[in-house]
Amino acid sequence: MPSALKAPPPRPGEANGGVTSADRAKEAGITVVDWVDERTSLSGATRWILFRKVPKGTNWFYTLGSATLFAFLSQAVTGVFLAMFYRPDAAGGAYESIRNITDNVFLGQFVRGMHLWGASVMVVLVFLHMARTFLWGAYKYPRELNWVIGVVLLILTLVMALTGYLLPFDQRAYWATVVANNITATGPLIGPYLGDFLRGGPEFGATTLSRFYSIHMLLVPGLIAALIGAHLYLVTKLGTTAPPWLKPDEPSTLSEAEV
Amino acid sequence: MADKHKHKSKYTADRGIPGAFEGETVTRRRFMTGSANVAGIVAAGAFTLPALAFALGPIFKEEPHRWETIGLVGDFPENNYVSVVVTITTGVGEVGKTTAYVRRRNPAIDTDRYDLKTPYIAISSRCAHVGCPVRWVDAAERFVCPCHGGVYDLLGRRVSGPPQRPLDRFPTRVRGEYVHLYTGRFSVNSQLRRFSPRDPGEPLDGIGQYLYPSRPSVRKP
Repeated sequence: MPSALKAPPPRPGEANGGVTSADRAKEAGITVVDWVDERTSLSGATRWILFRKVPKGTNWFYTLGSATLFAFLSQAVTGVFLAMFYRPDAAGGAYESIRNITDNVFLGQFVRGMHLWGASVMVVLVFLHMARTFLWGAYKYPRELNWVIGVVLLILTLVMALTGYLLPFDQRAYWATVVANNITATGPLIGPYLGDFLRGGPEFGATTLSRFYSIHMLLVPGLIAALIGAHLYLVTKLGTTAPPWLKPDEPSTLSEAEV
Repeated sequence: MADKHKHKSKYTADRGIPGAFEGETVTRRRFMTGSANVAGIVAAGAFTLPALAFALGPIFKEEPHRWETIGLVGDFPENNYVSVVVTITTGVGEVGKTTAYVRRRNPAIDTDRYDLKTPYIAISSRCAHVGCPVRWVDAAERFVCPCHGGVYDLLGRRVSGPPQRPLDRFPTRVRGEYVHLYTGRFSVNSQLRRFSPRDPGEPLDGIGQYLYPSRPSVRKP
């Protein structure tokens, strides 16, 4: 052991030498945390976010939002690794790159499966979370804005589902997107222009795939992450709602002894 | 009263603002704030507007089309369709191809005045409901869509199912012994009147042609 790490010899009068290296290691950790906290005041924010008061009756239904968040994080992480192998090439490269992920890449089928099934899981969880909020009446004052943000997040999640569906670029993906695009174009007056915007032109072409890919992996994930931040800020700021079956406590009458 | 009037003077010096210059109407602090805001807006616009124009550009860009040889004049009968595969969008392989059903114009049934100029009738296989590929069923003399059950007759007019208008068509011409097909579609309404191409699902009868206007990216061929 280097001499610097050795415990100093016991001072006269001290029983057992004082500071051990375990104590020093502990001290080092605390020092690092203190250093960061002194410069950021993060401990206050952490306490504010994590150690909130929650209402009586909070139960497992209150975890649906966190479950959706983790579904999103799972999609983000698996999506990043899929993007390392995916090629948005409409002339056949996209389909081949997906086949390469499924057949050749180590754990590729597993990661792609997580992303594929995770997408459905996320949509289902979003709706369950929304149903919980609706049935509990948790959208009411002062939480209306959080409901609105949540609805925007729902729409963005569905945009992710739609744009992601095209990327495997097999027959099902292609025709589903053709149909979705044409349904978009049936909106009166602006529909035809929206259709052109989504396709990147009047016909399905090379730009359609790269457009969908860019929307799927750059534009919408950023928006979702930012809005999740706002959503969580409002949750911590406003707190959660008690279940509707819990009635507020009767105002306690003072007993004779208390007076 | 006099004080209030004095306070409203356009000169900062008259308003009693510290450090005011003679003849100055806007304080330097206010001017600086305004300049910083304007600079920020200009800087943000400098990258937002080009990016927006870049994303919206395809709406206004016309898709290029060309004449494609699809066969010899003798290849196509009058009362039945022959399928040909044409490339609508180049450079994207199979995705850019589509099927057209072609027959020679039959003066007995193709009586519409718009058909007189077209020697061959070329029907697009893109269903007018939501764009699935229809196929020609010879025995029934019908176009049938596999997705939602749209059915069209020999002229491409809707017989049953959800489609809002007849099947789109391609212009054709004859050059020597060859039949050419123009890869830009045109749409027709239930009277087979020609319109600039519309996306599927957009009706062209009555108010439909105004609710679903023609787009700059496609023109009537």
